[in-house]
Amino acid sequence: MKITKEISLGDVAARSEELRGENMILNMGPSHPATHGVLRLSLELDGDKVVKCDPVIGYLHRGDEKIAENMTYNQFVPYTDRLDYLAPLANNVAYAIAVEKLAGLKLPPRCEAIRVLCCEMARVSSHLLGIGVYAMDTGAWTVFMYTFNERERLYSLFEELTGARFTTSYTRIGGMTRDIPDGWLAKVSAFCDGVERTIDEVDKLLTRNGIFLERTEGIAPISKELALAYGLTGPNLRASGVPFDLRKDKPYSGYEQYEFDVPVGTKGDCFDRYLVRMEELRQSVRIIRQVIKVMPGGAWYAEDAKKIFLPPKEKVMTKMEELIQNFMLVTEGPQIPAGEVYFEAENPKGSLGFYIVSNGGGVPYRLRIRGPSFVSLSILPAIVPGNFLTDITAILGSLDFVMGECDR
Amino acid sequence: MDAAVLIQRFPSARVLPSQDMPTVEIPASDLWAAVRFLRDEQSFDLLADLCGVEWKDRSARFGVVIHLLSTTQREYVRLHVPALGDCVPSVSSLHPGANWHEREAFDMFGITFTGHPDPRRILMWEAYPYHPLRKDFPLAGIEVPLPAADVAEVTGQTVEPAPMMGGPFVSLGGHFSEGEPSALDQSWNEEKPKA
Repeated sequence: MKITKEISLGDVAARSEELRGENMILNMGPSHPATHGVLRLSLELDGDKVVKCDPVIGYLHRGDEKIAENMTYNQFVPYTDRLDYLAPLANNVAYAIAVEKLAGLKLPPRCEAIRVLCCEMARVSSHLLGIGVYAMDTGAWTVFMYTFNERERLYSLFEELTGARFTTSYTRIGGMTRDIPDGWLAKVSAFCDGVERTIDEVDKLLTRNGIFLERTEGIAPISKELALAYGLTGPNLRASGVPFDLRKDKPYSGYEQYEFDVPVGTKGDCFDRYLVRMEELRQSVRIIRQVIKVMPGGAWYAEDAKKIFLPPKEKVMTKMEELIQNFMLVTEGPQIPAGEVYFEAENPKGSLGFYIVSNGGGVPYRLRIRGPSFVSLSILPAIVPGNFLTDITAILGSLDFVMGECDR
Repeated sequence: MDAAVLIQRFPSARVLPSQDMPTVEIPASDLWAAVRFLRDEQSFDLLADLCGVEWKDRSARFGVVIHLLSTTQREYVRLHVPALGDCVPSVSSLHPGANWHEREAFDMFGITFTGHPDPRRILMWEAYPYHPLRKDFPLAGIEVPLPAADVAEVTGQTVEPAPMMGGPFVSLGGHFSEGEPSALDQSWNEEKPKA
């Protein structure tokens, strides 16, 4: 059979109004596997192309900032677990350092080293998940199984360290809940060997994978200027070519002692964001190895901060002064002087900031949480339009956000 | 950067004591120009944070606190902006990232950002009648209609305040000192049953 009538380009142009049709509004989420939580994208589609993207957030809003104004500083630590719940240890550390900065507290080197270890293990955990689900969203299911295996090992290590696999609440203002257990560092060392093999395997599975490249290369590039204008931080900012890492540029908790490189992307597309995270994994393992090597001895909490850190249990049971001290700390909270502080830590998702206003006493007057995921999502209306509907999963995966931190 | 540079350019600004970074109080009328000056001439290229605060002892009830970061000079600066009749000019034309932060400050405190391109609520739903981070808003919340009016009509359900028990805190207000965390709900105990 022969096609008798061909439509020429001229015809199409003449009939463009008639052929166009209406734009369609599509709600993606709030319950969608690729939105990694309860995020809703209100999309306007022209065929398969996104014309407008309006993220609707707040489904996970718990009012953490309000809650913080009503409890002592240490009582808020478990709430920080639930911000970026894929890296609770890093949140604990960021929060503790912010309050300690307000109190003007110096911590012993062992405590700082433990915290660096915690942060980097949290980063490995978060990036492993981030890359795993990112690959899954773009169609590579296997990678997820590889990375989750390693996360399982990490969880066992967290459990041994903190007593919890997921919601660790490991830090207290002025120290940690406990010292690292005997023989634990050797296990972390063994984990490092294993995770390096996994990173290599993931590298082989993904980095030269044709489908993955097609889905990510050149998709939603974020220029340096755009990334800065929207206040992106962490791997998303570095993928766009801004070599800014708080661990290097505003070192805290003794990060300046460790040697590591800051990977920086060139194009800022989805593939660059993947590459930056892959390299950060390797650098984190490098830092973990250095910390294990130099792990200093001595106190693991600020011993002289009697109005901030709980005294050792055996002294509470036997000594009057420590008993009173313990009682005051539990009922009134750690005594933090009046003032204000803003501290940002380089978390796996970006800079997690705490702005704390204190009027003195054990309860913050105002505690503001600057969640990097909130900021990463705010760029969606600028980068999603013009892409196809199927690219959204890749874009969301590459931004690596978590709603617990976005909605607070 | 020294805070004096900003004072020199904007004489109406005032340096505030601070332990961690240069802190300047700047009137709302100068905010936009000051943020542009800091961005274009002082390399503060990244708006790290913008949030609302309800002050207790200042002339303006609400204020906005802005943290700017220079990725090249590796330093922060903090701007305090007292709200003028609950209004603060929007800086989202200078830093598009401020857009969502300002929406949140509006949502939580009711601070209006003049010139904001998209002044909607962000975390609470659009018809929500309160601003929850204000100090006079109770921690447990206030009963309000469900977000979906049609569902509320059929079911007669509302959004209820959080239960008083179940958390280590409760806002009863008034009877405990400033330095003390909020106490547990004492309205029921072993002898007296829960209402």
